[in-house]
Parts: sequence; C-alpha cells; structure tokens
Amino acid sequence: MSVDAKTVRKIAHLARLEVAEDRLAPLADELNGILSWIEQLNEVDVEGVAPMASVEDVPTPTREDIITDGNIRDDVLANAPKTEESFFVMPKAVE
Amino acid sequence: MTALNELTLAAALKGLANKDFSSRELTQAHLDAMAGAEALNAYLIATTDQALAMADASDERRKNAETGPLEGIPLGIKDLFCTKGVRTTAGSKILGDFTPSYESTVSSNLWHDGAVMLGKLNMDEFAMGSSNENSAFGPVVNPWRAKGGDQKLVPGGSSGGSAAAVAAGLCLGATATDTGGSIRQPASFTGTVGIKPTYGRCSRWGIVAFASSLDQAGPITRTVEDAAIMLRSMSGHDPKDSTSLKADVPDFTAACTRSLKGLRIGIPKEYRVEGMPAEIEKIWANGMDWLRAEGCEIIDVSLPHTKYALPAYYIIAPAEASSNLARYDGMRYGVRVEGADLTETYEKTRGQGFGEEVRRRIMMGAYVLSAGFYDAYYIRAQKVRARIAEDFKNAFSQCDALLTPTAPSAAFGINARLNDPVQMYLNDIFTVTANLAGLPGISVPAALDNTGLPLGLQVIGKALDEETCFAVGGALERAADFNAKPSKWW
Repeated sequence: MSVDAKTVRKIAHLARLEVAEDRLAPLADELNGILSWIEQLNEVDVEGVAPMASVEDVPTPTREDIITDGNIRDDVLANAPKTEESFFVMPKAVE
Repeated sequence: MTALNELTLAAALKGLANKDFSSRELTQAHLDAMAGAEALNAYLIATTDQALAMADASDERRKNAETGPLEGIPLGIKDLFCTKGVRTTAGSKILGDFTPSYESTVSSNLWHDGAVMLGKLNMDEFAMGSSNENSAFGPVVNPWRAKGGDQKLVPGGSSGGSAAAVAAGLCLGATATDTGGSIRQPASFTGTVGIKPTYGRCSRWGIVAFASSLDQAGPITRTVEDAAIMLRSMSGHDPKDSTSLKADVPDFTAACTRSLKGLRIGIPKEYRVEGMPAEIEKIWANGMDWLRAEGCEIIDVSLPHTKYALPAYYIIAPAEASSNLARYDGMRYGVRVEGADLTETYEKTRGQGFGEEVRRRIMMGAYVLSAGFYDAYYIRAQKVRARIAEDFKNAFSQCDALLTPTAPSAAFGINARLNDPVQMYLNDIFTVTANLAGLPGISVPAALDNTGLPLGLQVIGKALDEETCFAVGGALERAADFNAKPSKWW
C-alpha cells in the first residue's frame, strides 16, 4: 500500500493540519518510505492472536461517582488564547 | 573536595546530613554551573528564585529534623512534566506560554520528599525523537565530544536535556520519560544511568501524553544507586492515573548491592544486528564476563519477533499520538493562528504550531487509523505487539533478566542523521521492545569507545522486578568502574 499527494491531502485534512501544496508530494514520499518499512509486519503469523491494547491485564478500575474537583473556573480559563468574561471565545462553529 | 555539582546524589544526601553544606549552597552551585552552560541548551527555563526558596525551606526542615528521602537535593525536570506556575512546553511552540495550574504526580512526589527544582529541561517536541534535534527551542548539545574533535554531538533523545544536564553537572538527577527508548538511549549517549520502570510504576498524571500505552517516567542520574533513590520517590500508585499499578514500592537502593549468585542472565540472539560496531559487541561480551564473575549463569535465549518491534511501534505510537495531540486545537490553551473559519483556524494552528516530525507522526497515525486501513495496520500492529510480549514471557521462563546493548551506536553528530526518518528510528532498536511489553529496563555506562564516547549496556527485567535490574546494573557499574566525565569545553 502506498499513498499519493491526493491521499496526503485527505489525511492532512482528517488530522486538521495545514500542508502547503508543494509539500504534498514530498510528504507522500516520506510516508511511503516509512510505510514500505512497516510492510514487513505482513510476514508475522498473527493467526488467532488477540490484539494487545495494554500491557496490564487488570480491569480498568472504577471509582465512586462523586465530585472530587471543581470551582476552578479561573484556572481552567487561565491559558486560553481568547476569553470573554467567563467564556472561551472561538470562531463560529455552526453556520 | 569534589565540587558540589559533581557529587553523586547519594553523596550529596550524606553531605547534607553531616551539615558539610546546606541545600542553599548545593543549589547555588548548580545554578552557577547552569549559568555557565548555555552552550549546551539543556535547560529551557532556570527557576532560580523558586530553587533558592525551595532550598531555604529544605534547610529549615532539616533544622527541625523533618527530612525526606530527597531532602535538599536539586533536580532538573523534563519539560514534559507539568509544573504549577512554571511554563511547560513539551518542547513545542504550540503550547505557547502554557503555565499549568497543577503539578504532575511524579514531580509532586519529588517535592514532597524534599527535592528542589532547578528548572525545566529541553527535549524533543512531544518526546518524539532520538537526538533532541526536534525541539522547537533548538537542539541540546552533548557535553561529550570525540577525542581531539570539536564536532557537536547529539545527546540522544527524547530526554536529551535531562541526560546532558546530568552528565554536565547541571543537576544531581533529572526526571525523564521513555516511550520507545527516550530515557535509556540518551543515558547511553551521555555516560549516565537511566531506568524506565515497569509500565504503571510511575503515575502519568500531569505528564504531557505522547503514546499512552507506552509512556513511562523514570530518572536519569550519574550512578545506579542514585537512580534507585530517585525512582523510589517517583513511584507509587496514583488514583488519578487509571493505569497506575497498585504495587508496593520496594527499597530499590538495597537491591543495588544484592548478590547475583545463581541468577540466570539471558542473551537474546536477535539483538546481534547486522552492521553493529565491533566495539558494542565487545562491551556486550565484557558485560557477560563481568556477570559470570559475579556467579551468574549466562544463557542464550531467543526473542524471535524482535525485528518487528520498531515497525509495530511506528504504527502504535503515532496512532496514539494522533489521538492524544488532537487536543491542541488552539481553543482552550496554547497558541491560536486565526483562519477564515473554524476548520482553517484548526489547520493553521496545528500546521504552524507543530514541528516537522510531530506533523509527520500525526499524519502516520491518522492514516493507520483511517477507514479501510485500521485492520491492516493498527490491529495487525497490536497483534504483533502481543507476539513480542509473548517472546519475553517465554524468555523469562528460562532466565531472570536480559543483557543487551542499549543503543546500536555511540552519540553521532548534530545534523548527521536528519534526512532519513527510518534511519533515525533505528536508534531505538534495542529499547523499544521493553516499552511494547511494559517491562523495566536500565541503561548503565559500560565503557568508552575508541573515539572516547560512552556506550551503555541495558538490563531488561520481568514486570515489577526493577530490583533485579538495579542488582545487575549495580554489578555492571562496579565491574566497569566507569568514572569518565566529559572534559569541560562549554
């Protein structure tokens, strides 16, 4: 499997990354270099093997459904690039 | 008398206890050394005022006989750990002047035990790199140079600032993190000791996430004993990290001098890779001899899926990274670059805020997770990961620990390997397997090569058996009698 400039544009959009037109083809080459190296995974016999998402075989712990944090509005907003009163300000999301 | 910034952490604790010097004096000596070491670019921020205030508070506690296990010890903190009120960048531009209102669990454990913060250490952006050349704040320079040369070398990565600072006497120890080798490979490149503990040993809470199923914190120090002291303070269960293990933290320091008689040390034959320098073969063989002399049995073992570890890692880690880094959208924190609409604002913010390698990995991750490719890449890589973990399980039915080289080369020149991503990725060939299997691994300096650069040996242990890593690492350290230091040129 390999990617072309069109696919790179699609992936960049999925990842919300601006990529200049003249960077699409070089990026495709770089990704193909990595992908062709990765192809060797097809040699491995993985028949009947369960995919491993975590090295820990303990179930995810649960906690009591109680409030343990809060009332830190100013802390939450402190690093925002744009705020107004007690709100984050962002570009319009719904037309 | 040894200069205060050249002591080991253990010797500094003794000196403080004997009242040979105060934490303020010890801290000031490090701040002075840091001020004279800007050429290394190891620190992004020196927290001078905070360091002196913390040192004074520590001296006060000592007066009142309230001493913690790290009382008065000045440390450097990798800039991946959130520090309350101190800018945290993860080596990236995209976080801007992000100043956390909270403290990571690991660093908070260190302060609780009496340690003093000197500043925040440079690193590869979002911990993605093996040379520290991917920092948005410029590369870290290795304090080591080849004999007679003046070429600038990389300190390894991603914890390059941590390793360089420890090697150059700019802190007594440093926090670091390791997703594919980012503690152990820089330790090997700088003649320092670095341990990545078992996955879940240290809380990940408050550490900027790269690949959550692989990321683990650990210390870089100048000796094995120092690493044991520091790791004990860093470790422990934390309810704020659901993957943090509920396991007792043993006295790692006691393990450093434990007898090795009867221990079975496995030598994985697949780690003899093509093109490995003869000198690395030689120090590996020396390591086997040293451990035989301690009464260990050296046995050959096989980890048949070793060569597939890095390709699997370069699917799994970018996939997790592309999800984790989705949060950098320029809305709630960090830098925003305005576009014509919301989508364009996202794309500009992320396209301009992330560096080249980070963008490349996000793209890789987005691709292997995208519709139509998920099973072929991501699920397959997770199955290969299971095979790799199984290899270790089989090997550990025959032996107690594994001995390997840490890295396939010594430190290389800045700019020497930037053009080929895959060549750069191969730096982690011996370290990445322990991340995929969640196992502890320690790197200990074993020798200088014929150009005068340090080389490390790695000991990989069973899950939650850092003690055997420290015991074997301690024996290697004593036998190697490695006490070389970089000659000061900076």
